[in-house]
Amino acid sequence: MSEAPNTQEPKEPSGARLALTLAFAGLISGVALVFTYELTKPVIARNREAALRAAVGRVVPGAKSMRKLVWRDGALQPASAADKDAAVLIAFDARGAAVGFAIVTEGPGFQDTIRLIYGFDASTNTITGMEVLESRETPGLGDKIYKDPDFVKQFKKLSVQPSVKLVKKGKGSGTANEVDAITGATISSKAVIKIINTADKTWRSRLGTVDRNKVRAP
Amino acid sequence: MSALGKDPATFYNEFVKGIWKENPIFVQVLGMCPMLAVTNSAINAVAMGGATFFVLVGSSLLVSLLRKAIPKQVRITTYIIIIATFVTVADFTLQALAPAVHKELGAFIALIVVNCLILGRQEAFASKAPLRLALADAVGMAGGFALALLSLGSVREVLGSGSLFGFSLFGPRFEPWVVMILPPGGFIMLGLLLLVFGWAKERRARRAAVELGEAGAGGPAGRGGR
Repeated sequence: MSEAPNTQEPKEPSGARLALTLAFAGLISGVALVFTYELTKPVIARNREAALRAAVGRVVPGAKSMRKLVWRDGALQPASAADKDAAVLIAFDARGAAVGFAIVTEGPGFQDTIRLIYGFDASTNTITGMEVLESRETPGLGDKIYKDPDFVKQFKKLSVQPSVKLVKKGKGSGTANEVDAITGATISSKAVIKIINTADKTWRSRLGTVDRNKVRAP
Repeated sequence: MSALGKDPATFYNEFVKGIWKENPIFVQVLGMCPMLAVTNSAINAVAMGGATFFVLVGSSLLVSLLRKAIPKQVRITTYIIIIATFVTVADFTLQALAPAVHKELGAFIALIVVNCLILGRQEAFASKAPLRLALADAVGMAGGFALALLSLGSVREVLGSGSLFGFSLFGPRFEPWVVMILPPGGFIMLGLLLLVFGWAKERRARRAAVELGEAGAGGPAGRGGR
């Protein structure tokens, strides 16, 4: 691997010089990173916001506008700018009528946290759609939780009574709360179902507390 | 490795070496992790190639500039700091500019830090070469790496998804070879590409031997060693 023979340094550099070199390298690197982080942060936040809005549009049929909600004082209230990450959104159609909720939630997947959003119709207690926002599942296997249309399709009209149940492909009894697991990605499929069930337990009873007079389409 | 070769160290030679003669993937067989992991589509391959290009060229320039200032005893640590900084910058930038691609590549962008191709070029070349040659070497190596990724990524996407850069090629009646976008498909295609590359090299070597009038003596066996 010798490109051009290096001239041997006759003297050993002092320990202080070594430490100083590293400290200096670390300092420069830190400054560069802070600079990049500050520069890209607003753009990344904007991207996430746009992605979230687009996702709500896909998981709640007919959604044209939406409003973020937060759980405060025993009721779901419109989120203020100070509330960073609201977990629940209420979606309205073009005429301003509420068409459903979208719930953002996360939980452990096979490799890393899976963050997903699902649409929920509180009048019929059905899930109206599901989309994975962030995940690091195995490419080709676990990533089928969002790449396999047959799997995603099952969340289009999925009952949560009494809870969502994962079954082996073709082994279900045909009830409205069953989801066929993905062959080769059982753990990822299980994770998605568990995340949804956990979120459902928290949020289903709370969705009724929205004051329809106070929460209107923007 | 170019110590083996007889080409003089010019800008052009250092550049071409990475693209063809010492291609990081097909000849040196370095950087296999991203090579196999993210080449399931052409666009992923391009993004990974671009990110690696940025990191390798950036760090090579910096290492070459600072080569006299960095004491030998702490050089590897310093290189890693430099590389990690560039990788994190690339990570944030990609996240801001192309969130969809970033989502797809996931952890593999951060893993460029440990791509042995990059640290290898710093240690073997940039730390000993003037800025101009270090630039040529980095651009050549990163270009060769990106081209290799793209060739594997395109073939795998065409066969495995029936599309190229997301555009459907064969229509709905094509049954994609799913194995091609799975890990085994990566190994199979890489093996085939290495085979083609090796065959082309051997043929060239044989022809060169014939031209020198020593056919028989300089056959494939005489070209071993890699």
